[in-house]
Amino acid sequence: MTVKSDLITGITWFTALFMVVAVLCTPVFSEEPALPEGLAPASSAAEPPLPAGLEDAPPATEPPLPQGLETPSEPALPEGLESSSEPALPPGLKSSDLLSETTVESVPARKPPFELHGFWDIRAGTRVQSDPAQSKDATLGESRLQLKTDKGWDKVFVEFTADGVFDAVNERAKLDIRQWRLTWTPVDALDIRIGRQVLTWGTGDMLFINDLFPKDWVSFFSGRNEEYLKAPSNAVRAGWFNDWMNVEVAWSPRFDSDRHITGKRFSYYSPIHGTTVGSDNQVRVNKPDDFFKDDEIALRLYRSIGSAQLAFYGYSGYWKSPGGMQIFPFRSVFPKLRAYGASLQGALGRGVGSIEIGYYDSREDRGGRKALINNSEFRVLLGYEREIAKELTLGLQYYLEHMMQYGAYRDTLPFFMTARDRDRHVLTMRLTKLLMNQNLILSFFGYFSPSDADAYLRPGITYKISDTITLETGGNIFLGNSRTSFFGQFQDNTNVYAGLRFSF
Amino acid sequence: MKLFSVIALLFLAVTVLWTPMGHTEEAPTVDEIITKTNQTAYYQGQDGRAQVKMTITDQQGNTREREFVILRKNMDDKNEEQHFYVYFKNPADVREMVFMVWKHVGKDDDRWMYLPALDVVRQIASSDKRTSFVGSTFFYEDVSGRSLLEDTHELVETTDNYYVIKNTPKNPATVEFDSFTMHIHKTTFIPVKVEYEKGGKVYRTVEARKVDTISGFPTVTQSSMKDLNLGTETTLDYEKVEYNIGIPENIFTERFMRRAPRQYLE
Repeated sequence: MTVKSDLITGITWFTALFMVVAVLCTPVFSEEPALPEGLAPASSAAEPPLPAGLEDAPPATEPPLPQGLETPSEPALPEGLESSSEPALPPGLKSSDLLSETTVESVPARKPPFELHGFWDIRAGTRVQSDPAQSKDATLGESRLQLKTDKGWDKVFVEFTADGVFDAVNERAKLDIRQWRLTWTPVDALDIRIGRQVLTWGTGDMLFINDLFPKDWVSFFSGRNEEYLKAPSNAVRAGWFNDWMNVEVAWSPRFDSDRHITGKRFSYYSPIHGTTVGSDNQVRVNKPDDFFKDDEIALRLYRSIGSAQLAFYGYSGYWKSPGGMQIFPFRSVFPKLRAYGASLQGALGRGVGSIEIGYYDSREDRGGRKALINNSEFRVLLGYEREIAKELTLGLQYYLEHMMQYGAYRDTLPFFMTARDRDRHVLTMRLTKLLMNQNLILSFFGYFSPSDADAYLRPGITYKISDTITLETGGNIFLGNSRTSFFGQFQDNTNVYAGLRFSF
Repeated sequence: MKLFSVIALLFLAVTVLWTPMGHTEEAPTVDEIITKTNQTAYYQGQDGRAQVKMTITDQQGNTREREFVILRKNMDDKNEEQHFYVYFKNPADVREMVFMVWKHVGKDDDRWMYLPALDVVRQIASSDKRTSFVGSTFFYEDVSGRSLLEDTHELVETTDNYYVIKNTPKNPATVEFDSFTMHIHKTTFIPVKVEYEKGGKVYRTVEARKVDTISGFPTVTQSSMKDLNLGTETTLDYEKVEYNIGIPENIFTERFMRRAPRQYLE
């Protein structure tokens, strides 16, 4: 209960009065007078111990204020009754405690030689309509056990994460090593990370311009946890960090492609067949797979400007998903690619804004006249995210793919292929709402292409039943006017899924 | 002339006898109290680390635990700019996630999140400081501090052990309370209890349950936040608290979000 009164004036008067009384009544000033009740030094200098009887004196023993200083509304507390509104001093604040340094007795924890963490995840998903090109309706059915551990020494540490999967849709068991990497800091300014690792940079949300590291589209479309959108690379990542411009290089001795759609689980549009095809016509690839000769290298230069980040990117390698065809034998191929780009991200108004641009130089078809090789492209991404209500965040992006040498492309387009637009526009929206102490997450991510007239919607619900058990459910909805556009081709693959994860 | 000296001496004698001695100083002003409290609560030492165990209890009495290490560095001498690095250890699904804040006074904080499984560093929109920190009853503002300029402060009472300060927001539309009252321990300037009220009713309380003196700094090692409307409570236990360990500025950058600085986090 707070008492609103003119206590500052009252205290000052009381002080003056007391001083006069003390001066007049105490002839010798060889020792300091005892602290009056209600006064304490404003500085945090070590306080002389309060005389016995004044230590932690409850308000009940406080001498009543002199006449004239009494607040009319509050009667003097009877002895023995503590004011219920005044908090009791916590242990550690009693004046005698403050003089002694607390020796925090840290029980030396007996650490195990290595710690093991991970999860067991069981998940299933099915198409909501039948796909004539697929014999199975199930798009997902698996039991996954992930184990992860790490060990560190002075300048070096090693991390290992592997998934053991039993996949009922593919009818096989698989070991997927997600991470097996050594991190070495030879000098303060250098970090070198060698081995199998997931690599990500760039400013896009589920859209990638300068992130030319492998993606896993099969996992993304089938309802595996969002973390499986990125596939691991086998690479050496080195970073030189300084105040002027940080430099990061990721070199893969052998090309790592995307885990792209092959028709095995999801049907896709085949220009040769003129329709969507599936497991009977799986994509066969001719992939660059020589060590060192078919390598790829990615570069990023970045620095902070205030709290914003400016970055420049470069890549030399191959198109990550099939970017061309060869006829004899008929295979999908990954033509050579160089990419250059830049990005800027930072606080904008009450949210975060970003802009990213990239130029894809399709080296094997610079002129655009090779019908079976992707043309070069210019790509732009604009993004903005902010909180629009309590625990509700909205993110919007605009993405453009602009084909270079469009005239040459149209001139040389084979008769059986449907022409793409020169400009493919995509808008994305992400809405995330947190409920129940952030244990229930409602999320929605949607891609809409006004130029392709198609869309891909990803609604999802995540519920953390406890600290160790999480339930996830959602859908992958593909809509499109035609079967030839990027998302429209997957319209028979619309599916729903659910998963349960036990973490440890 | 002699008379003058006598009077001067007498005047001097009276002045000396009347001079306040030692403890009988003037009581500190409200501004002094709240500045010292802010300093004690959020800015002690040039930098610091703590291992925090957070226990969140819901209306039904079920508990969830979060465990993280928090690194803090003061970036100026004015008790304003600070950098925070939060590394999650528990539960398993947030392990190795990093949350980083560059706290500013007078403009929105900057916040980033690192998701280790995806190797993604994302800058996150952060205009609302009064949203729950990792699902607990603590807000971001409780963890990083509320600017002294946001409220008018009033010393309503001084008791044996406490200064009682009532704070009223200058911009009531930005907050969900009408006022909050702090019981501040007079010697250490630790806020022992903070009560938020709306419509005359206290609906949210923060209490310091245990205080230890570490490296000469009085430190709250256990605190609790109760939301009386929702019936939820969060308790924070601070272990392995250290001050002035020389955390370099560059720890609070993307590099160390991707590569956790193990020497500070064990």
